[in-house]
Amino acid sequence: MYRSHVLVCGGTGCTSSGSQKIQEKLKEELAKNGLTEEVAIVQTGCHGLCALGPIMIVYPDATFYSMVKEEDVPEIVSEHLLKGRVVERLVYKEETAGEGIKSLNDTTFYKKQHRIALRNCGVINPENIDEYIGTRGYEALGKVLTSMSQDDVIKCILDSGLRGRGGAGFPTGRKWQLAKDLVQDGGQKYVCCNADEGDPGAFMDRSVLEGDPHAVLEAMAIAGYAIGASQGYIYVRAEYPIAVERLNIAIKQAREYGLLGKNIFGTDFCFDIELRLGAGAFVCGEETALMTSIEGNRGEPRPRPPFPAVKGLFERPTILNNVETYANIAQIILNGPEWFASMGTEKSKGTKVFALGGKIKNTGLVEIPMGTTLREIIEDIGGGIPNGKKFKAAQTGGPSGGCIPAEHLDIPIDYDNLIAIGSMMGSGGLIVMDEDNCMVDIAKFFLEFTVDESCGKCTPCRIGTKRLYEMLDKITKGQATLEDLDKMEQLCYYIKENALCGLGQTAPNPVLSTLRYFRNEYIAHVVDKKCPAGVCKSLLSYVIDREKCIGCGACARQCPANAIVKTDYIGEGKKLPAMEIQKDKCLKCGACMDKCKFGAISKK
Amino acid sequence: MGSKKKIPFNGTADQEAALRRVVAELKNEKGALMPILQKAQDIYGYLPYEVQKIISDEMNIPVEKIYGVVTFYSQFSLYPKGKYKISVCLGTACYVKGSGSVFDKLVEKLGIEGGECTADGKFSLEACRCVGACGLAPVMTINDDVYGRLTPDQIDGILAKYN
Repeated sequence: MYRSHVLVCGGTGCTSSGSQKIQEKLKEELAKNGLTEEVAIVQTGCHGLCALGPIMIVYPDATFYSMVKEEDVPEIVSEHLLKGRVVERLVYKEETAGEGIKSLNDTTFYKKQHRIALRNCGVINPENIDEYIGTRGYEALGKVLTSMSQDDVIKCILDSGLRGRGGAGFPTGRKWQLAKDLVQDGGQKYVCCNADEGDPGAFMDRSVLEGDPHAVLEAMAIAGYAIGASQGYIYVRAEYPIAVERLNIAIKQAREYGLLGKNIFGTDFCFDIELRLGAGAFVCGEETALMTSIEGNRGEPRPRPPFPAVKGLFERPTILNNVETYANIAQIILNGPEWFASMGTEKSKGTKVFALGGKIKNTGLVEIPMGTTLREIIEDIGGGIPNGKKFKAAQTGGPSGGCIPAEHLDIPIDYDNLIAIGSMMGSGGLIVMDEDNCMVDIAKFFLEFTVDESCGKCTPCRIGTKRLYEMLDKITKGQATLEDLDKMEQLCYYIKENALCGLGQTAPNPVLSTLRYFRNEYIAHVVDKKCPAGVCKSLLSYVIDREKCIGCGACARQCPANAIVKTDYIGEGKKLPAMEIQKDKCLKCGACMDKCKFGAISKK
Repeated sequence: MGSKKKIPFNGTADQEAALRRVVAELKNEKGALMPILQKAQDIYGYLPYEVQKIISDEMNIPVEKIYGVVTFYSQFSLYPKGKYKISVCLGTACYVKGSGSVFDKLVEKLGIEGGECTADGKFSLEACRCVGACGLAPVMTINDDVYGRLTPDQIDGILAKYN
């Protein structure tokens, strides 16, 4: 028995900020103080507050230390673990409450959350199957195999109202039912897990895989039983090395415990899982492309129908669900569909994990009941926008989604509401933008992404997105006309209607939503040749206020293009002539503005 | 294409033996080509024609199909990478926090474009899409080291560590 457990986050965020070194140091210090037998170190998955990493939590009192440095460890060990005195200076403090918040669950970041998919992340050691079993792990699989029919399982998932968390929101139970019923020839069927989390800015799937890999394995086995499949594949991004490693460990442990493999729980049911690594192609997150990729081909999508439930992987009936979807399954089986359906809105049940990022104080992962408003997420949980800047838009759905302006911040979030306001749920990336972000530039950024990631199979996407990008580029350079805006809008609708797969069909969304809510910004670029946010370089010019300039020449020495020269003008009370930027030579790098100590240089 | 010149293939007999072992072990699995290419890239560091040809012969798959797969995925490379592989995240969260200027600074410092390798084979530079460390944005990685909360003026100091 240990008298205290120290949880150190080993997720990607905290590992990047050096949590491995902290664990080593902790081990060393515990040994030095003779505490090795009394205090256990547990490496957990992600806690969600990545920006405050590395994170350490000391139980039994759940003291929450943030941004821990290697040199802080001796103090934590000798003060807190040896003498029982909390190290106040390292305790996470919220700006609003003056005092340090000692326990994790008291923070506003966690208070409004409701963790189902993330329930074990940051709580258990993901590399130890016993810890998962200790939190009712594999109990749902046991229940399903010993007391439920295939139809019972499907009915339970249908009744829960769970919809696909990968973004499109197709009812999960319906998908399973189709895969079970449509083909009943006794042949092989497959269960796939989409862990090719490609939306830039979304990392909830990575967090689940790193923090609670067994939850995914258990759910896939349940799905396998429900549709009559004996083989599963997890298609995971190769960019997630920690997730891959933990999945491999989890699969090995589950096989050793007889929870994967032959005759699970002593029944006839056999199920095994293999990992397949992606190789960096965004389109492989599309279901048919993902299957084509597992088959060992270029990851190009296929036309539907036939749907994967009829003809999927290796031409056999297949279901594909997203990581977060799977992370809900065991809980639904254990707690009942009514429990799950009691959360959320009329058509979107349960919770959703969002990856909060961009211009927000608390970046990280949050899981909230469907129907929570964007305002609650951004202002209450996320702590608002730093540096006193003004909110401009929230981007959801990644390259397939749209930008939501301030006027819609109070809409309850669910699948249907987000589509109605021109965005979509997507996998749950939520990037906050402030007044310094140019919406035309953001639209261009996403189009650059889709042009790059378009697989090239169908013309509307391959050529259409490229033309869209060129039009946006023209706008950001101040070379477009109002007629171009109309043409661009038409092209958007054409691509949406004609592209083969989800990637192309949603690629114009960032353009359409910014045109809808921020048309003024487009017009400013086109008509006034100005970028209101001061982002689009071609439309900017740097100027020196000659009344403020003292003529020190620091800017001229900094300028890489020698574009700054002395003028004849000497301002009132100044000793030296003011400087001036020659527009034809200026590269608009902004180096001069950073250098000026007198605030004399500004961009317009 | 800048420094992407044809670099002579100098694979060793050991590497070839390792590759043939991998192919023999995996080739009867369904959809084995991708895992084999991933392992081949681990062995050689990249996937030049000569490597694709060995896989083609061993698996009895036309080399043009293998080339098609290799060029489809951004992680497969036809060119050798630098000793230190720099990748700057240009995902949304990093981008809105200014990773674009970090990338530009590296282009300027190293004198190479994205996808290229310095003439001495030391650094290669690429833009990547989201490493999932969005809380630390903007982020770049050099081999397995992760650097977060970057600003362009930190670049000189970081590169100096690898000299």
